[in-house]
Amino acid sequence: MTGVDSEKLGWSRDEMARNAALDIPSGAYVNLGIGIPELIADHIPDDREVIFHTENGLLGMGPSPAPHLSDPELINAGKKRTSAVDGAAYFHHADSFAMIRGGHIDVCVLGAMQVAENGDLANWSTGPDDPMPAVGGAMDLVAGAKSIWIVTRHRTKRGEPKLLSDCTLPVTGLGIVERIYTDLATIEVTKSGFELKELAPNTSLERVQELTGARLLNRCADDEGQIRAQSVSDRTSPWQPE
Amino acid sequence: MINKYCSSLNDAVADVFDGATLMVGGFGEAGSPIELIHALIDQGAKNLTVVSNNTGSGNVGLAALIANGQVSKMICSFPRTANSTVFPRKYSEGKIELELVPQGTLAERIRAGGAGIPAIYSPAGVGTILAEGKETREFGGRTYLLETAIKADFTLIKARIADRYGNLQYNKTARNFGPIMATAANKTIAQAAQFSKVKCLDPEAIVTPGIFVERVVEVFDPLVESDLVSAGATYP
Repeated sequence: MTGVDSEKLGWSRDEMARNAALDIPSGAYVNLGIGIPELIADHIPDDREVIFHTENGLLGMGPSPAPHLSDPELINAGKKRTSAVDGAAYFHHADSFAMIRGGHIDVCVLGAMQVAENGDLANWSTGPDDPMPAVGGAMDLVAGAKSIWIVTRHRTKRGEPKLLSDCTLPVTGLGIVERIYTDLATIEVTKSGFELKELAPNTSLERVQELTGARLLNRCADDEGQIRAQSVSDRTSPWQPE
Repeated sequence: MINKYCSSLNDAVADVFDGATLMVGGFGEAGSPIELIHALIDQGAKNLTVVSNNTGSGNVGLAALIANGQVSKMICSFPRTANSTVFPRKYSEGKIELELVPQGTLAERIRAGGAGIPAIYSPAGVGTILAEGKETREFGGRTYLLETAIKADFTLIKARIADRYGNLQYNKTARNFGPIMATAANKTIAQAAQFSKVKCLDPEAIVTPGIFVERVVEVFDPLVESDLVSAGATYP
């Protein structure tokens, strides 16, 4: 598997995606960003019905198609070939973004370059030196979806923290992130800042705090002040589906 | 008698003039009217402002139009995609202008342009560098950006089937910007993989009504951009 932390800490990409997937309630309309968020579709429990929206004009997006069914005119927002499930609908771009901007999408899960403790998100530009800025639908999604969740590795490839007191890169939206699923922790963005909900196995609060660029609020500690590390196999969601 | 059928690609794009604003349908390769774009390369109109979500890939279609020096400005949401090298290179050399627009705002500015609405208020991009210089207004305690409508002289789009009235249906996610771009241009030129064998399409199943379409040219079995890019094809 690619992208495994060099220190072998925490959750894998699939486990991060599964952590987020377990928190998506049945009946939700969900938009998944490119990268690790795309893996979430593979981890929705069988007893939940979740409908995936892709902003290029499809509600009811299915899995990657078999090669003989692959169609260059049936693609997802990442421009990869996809499929349509029973009950799917095609529509034009203004309708697609009416679904987003109009508040009809329940959950949008995106990747991040940086998240600030006040919920600001930076995920579209590396700043003034960006050789080719490209925004796509990210600003519309964060302005319109009911809930914005982030799935990202806790640090950049260079080891710098992505969770910060303030974003230093150009922002995508202000105060919009609700939850963050990283390889090291699951975090809720509250009015007081980053609140730890769950800690990955084989790590510690101290180590994760070291790797975070803002204070982590710890309200899920047990009587001894220790966070109970759970393995994914016995994990239950800190947010119960409605 | 109304008949939107046009017999050749060259005739279909013959009146595109230098300096025109041109909308080009498509999201990546899906819905990109590649044969119409190639006809426009043959036709040679220059100094075009092109409105399209992306900037093409490889050296065919929209990327080839840009490579041929016919485009002076792009209005788009995502100019860098896999296999798109032509636009990023011209942009880094300062040879082409870019107006970067959030994708939903781009769609709604086009929809507004086609609907006779001069501007819209959008929440997308508030507080970002893309909001710089834009007028804002609060509604219900939330800030919105004033975004002006986009209209065009010509729109080039790709449909699956058309009838002689110019009514169109699309194919899957190749619909994307087609229906809204069709409304926002003085002249919308569609390529369709098929002319309806019956006189007209089912009125209940029409996606773009013919009033928005100036002419339709049949392109049976259209080129597949990703196949051309994989093969290293170049146009012309």
